[in-house]
Amino acid sequence: MNNNLLFDFNVDKAAKTITITREFNANLSLVWDAFTKQEILDQWAAPAPMRCKTKYMNFEVGGQRFFAMISPDGQERWLLQQYTSITPKTNFKLYNSFADKDENPELPGSEWNHNFSEQNGVTKVNITIFNESLARMESMSDGFIKGYTIMLQNLEALLTVSSQKNL
Amino acid sequence: MKQDIFQAIADPTRRAILTLIAIQALTPNAMAEKFDMSRQAVSKHIKVLYECELIKPEQAGREIYYHFNAKKMQEFDNWLLQFRQTWETQFNQLDKVLATIKEQKK
Repeated sequence: MNNNLLFDFNVDKAAKTITITREFNANLSLVWDAFTKQEILDQWAAPAPMRCKTKYMNFEVGGQRFFAMISPDGQERWLLQQYTSITPKTNFKLYNSFADKDENPELPGSEWNHNFSEQNGVTKVNITIFNESLARMESMSDGFIKGYTIMLQNLEALLTVSSQKNL
Repeated sequence: MKQDIFQAIADPTRRAILTLIAIQALTPNAMAEKFDMSRQAVSKHIKVLYECELIKPEQAGREIYYHFNAKKMQEFDNWLLQFRQTWETQFNQLDKVLATIKEQKK
């Protein structure tokens, strides 16, 4: 695995904006699919040991993805992502919010803007998140987030070991 | 409704208030004077900052002094760090998924 791939995480508190930039060792089409097709999204878009399960997804302007983040003990937290703009293989925007299991969004949510570009077989993804709400994140049920930071740290160690084995 | 800390610190006046009281606790009257604002405008900012626990009131005689709650700001920074870790973990997972798909296509 290429360890020289860029990862950049920037917070502008005044502008209420978080900017995340990451490079992937794959061509643009493949990375675009990984962000816009539910069968690929469900394989990576929740930090282990959590997993995500998409109930349905219509990737079109006005369409939405309704999915759950599922914790190891089986708790489900539902989210709704509504697509507001799509320029194939270049950009898409969505409105992200938590929701109940009946698809009622808990507002306010946050605006996410994704940009994609490829150079020499490496694809750069730039994500801007406007006003991700701390109160919303805190509203995630106890044990869901809190205990899970520790689990994440454990997992990181585990992943390092297993990826070394795969080499 | 509980205030969103991001919303609270996005306002330049509120950031200036925080910067000031981080150095020295102030009464609402002193804040109004320093920022050349009405007492009413100051009260509004105080309410927002207080509701997201960025400031703490402390009674001293007849006056109320507001202190900066550094712990809350630390919590916010911790949350951002956690959010960053979430993304990092997901993207590392995506690296593996991409590698697998590329392998299958060969």
